Amino acid sequence: MSERETSSDDIIAEFVDVHRHYQMGDNLVRALNGVSMQVRRSDYVTIMGRSGSGKSTMLNLLGCLDRPTSGEYRVGGRDVSKLSDDDLSDVRGTEIGFIFQSFNLIPQLTVLENLEVPLFYQGKVGPESRKKAEYLADRVGLGQRLEHRPLELSGGQQQRVAIARALMNDPLFLLADEATGNLDSNTEAEILNLFDDLRAKDGITIVMVTHNPTVAVRADRTLWLKDGEVEKLVENPARQLAAAASSPASDDGSETPAEGAQE
Amino acid sequence: MIRDSWRIVRLGLKSLLLHKLRSTLTTAGILFGVASVIAMLAVGEGAKRDALERFKDMGVTNLIARSKKPAETQSSSSQSTWSALAYGLLYQEADLIEASLPGSDVARIREVKRPMMRGEYFHTSIIVGTEPSFLKITNMKVREGRWLTDTDDERLQNVCVLGETLSRLLFPLENPMDHTVLVGGGDRFRVVGILEEQGRTAGAGSTPYDECMFVPMMTARRRFGEQNTTMTGGSFSRELVELNEVKVKMPESEQVEAGARILRDLLRLKLNNDVVVTVPLELLKQEEESKRMFNIVLAVIASISLLVGGIGIMNVMLATVTERTREIGIRRALGAKKKHIIQQFLVEAGVLSALGGVVGVIIGIILPTVITQVFQQRTDVMPQHVALAFGISAAVGVGFGIYPAWRAANMDPVDALRHE
Repeated sequence: MSERETSSDDIIAEFVDVHRHYQMGDNLVRALNGVSMQVRRSDYVTIMGRSGSGKSTMLNLLGCLDRPTSGEYRVGGRDVSKLSDDDLSDVRGTEIGFIFQSFNLIPQLTVLENLEVPLFYQGKVGPESRKKAEYLADRVGLGQRLEHRPLELSGGQQQRVAIARALMNDPLFLLADEATGNLDSNTEAEILNLFDDLRAKDGITIVMVTHNPTVAVRADRTLWLKDGEVEKLVENPARQLAAAASSPASDDGSETPAEGAQE
Repeated sequence: MIRDSWRIVRLGLKSLLLHKLRSTLTTAGILFGVASVIAMLAVGEGAKRDALERFKDMGVTNLIARSKKPAETQSSSSQSTWSALAYGLLYQEADLIEASLPGSDVARIREVKRPMMRGEYFHTSIIVGTEPSFLKITNMKVREGRWLTDTDDERLQNVCVLGETLSRLLFPLENPMDHTVLVGGGDRFRVVGILEEQGRTAGAGSTPYDECMFVPMMTARRRFGEQNTTMTGGSFSRELVELNEVKVKMPESEQVEAGARILRDLLRLKLNNDVVVTVPLELLKQEEESKRMFNIVLAVIASISLLVGGIGIMNVMLATVTERTREIGIRRALGAKKKHIIQQFLVEAGVLSALGGVVGVIIGIILPTVITQVFQQRTDVMPQHVALAFGISAAVGVGFGIYPAWRAANMDPVDALRHE
């Protein structure tokens, strides 16, 4: 657990003894079996585990794409484990910013239109949304590519669009699924640096599911899953130091370690 | 709200443009449906109006009794060449008709064919001996001069009114008014009026009044008698016909049915033998009845073509939904509710069929003019038919889009996102 001072307000996502069981023919598959965990504001958490450990199930639950069989999932203090389909859609649309391994941009739409999709479902597309899209495109280092189609962009650029899209609704946290899995190592580093920068400058909270240790070490903590249960929670000492250096109290952008656009 | 709707439509169009050929072909199904609905209705409407005007010319409140040569003429003609064949309506019967239908206008008509001459111009045509009421009953108009009067009749005046065509045939260069025409054996008739052109003749077998000369009834009786002699195949045949036709105009169309019953009753012994009764209103109703059947058949055919178009749309939308499963998953992850997904695919289906509808309307408006040109068939494109066809096409698109859209909305977001 972090040494930082915490209050319950700081906990933005919390699993309380979450189970997720599937009926597969005659077998009951216990994909998640009593998982509890907390994500605090400006946390950077990775979730690791072998395939079959329950990572994907955990991701689906964290993303409100699925409901737990039992237990509570609190997003921003509100239990969402029993919400209706429509309400879950709203939680996804307003509180969670999805980033996928294969970017998942909509190919027939321009970059701008892709960025506006989450706002559209909240009924907030308008002149401000365009300004916001321009700002975020700049923020993630896309520059002037709002009118391009996704397939005209490189993989790294597409993932930047996806990150900007995830930020459009000012979510409580970014939920990344192997966000650098389809990228070469240089681009991977760029994207990981962008995550660091977003957290340091904007206080963005990041939850990332991955199986790649070099990605995982960039986070504050790593939650290891095994057979649907939490195996261990590993604090990353190097990140602890970095986090202390750029703690939110002194975070006015003056001495952030990350590179990127200057304010 | 409007901006959002426009955005949905615009992005729907974009998605449809992903598969231009497929969208175009699907649109074609609706296009032909809409075009054929409009064209068929235009043909139906044209035919209906055509019939309506034809019967209007005959007069919808009129009853017409006409003498007809009986069918079994062999026995009578083999008798003797001396005795004339007597048939048809009698003056006595006409008087009886007039007395039995109070309030109605009755015109007795006697027709004889005679050569006519004016200077060097010569023409053989029909002379119609009739009464002043004829003009009102037939709805014809005097273009120049005057119509026949009771005084003409009483005084057996040798005056005539010319049909438009006949006036041009006999007087190609001068105004016929007050000139005389030499008829048959030597009677001279003074022209006192010319009728307006009547246009097409009112149905087959009726007299072409544009080519006729009209004279007072009594004058015709006196000058031309009751006996018609015609030469057929080298032998003379003589016929004795008092009246060729009696026209009756009922004051109100509600009285036509009763009038027709009385008329048929009076003439029941002669009916369908040597007298035919024609009631334009009945014919009009029959025509409307058969047109109604015709229209129902047309409507069924058109509905089938639209149905086929709708099935095409459903097919394409199902393929689209399967293809874009991942997009559906992405949209759901980004906050789309089921209703948003339904809306999106319904709009795409609607846009698809509306595009077909618009082009179909254009073709449906052009097609009838082509039909009119090629088949000489009157067509009338009615705005309400265009609206109907377009409305049906939009409804078909949305209707057949419901199931694919429902399927899209009910996909599990997790499965949809994992879909390759």
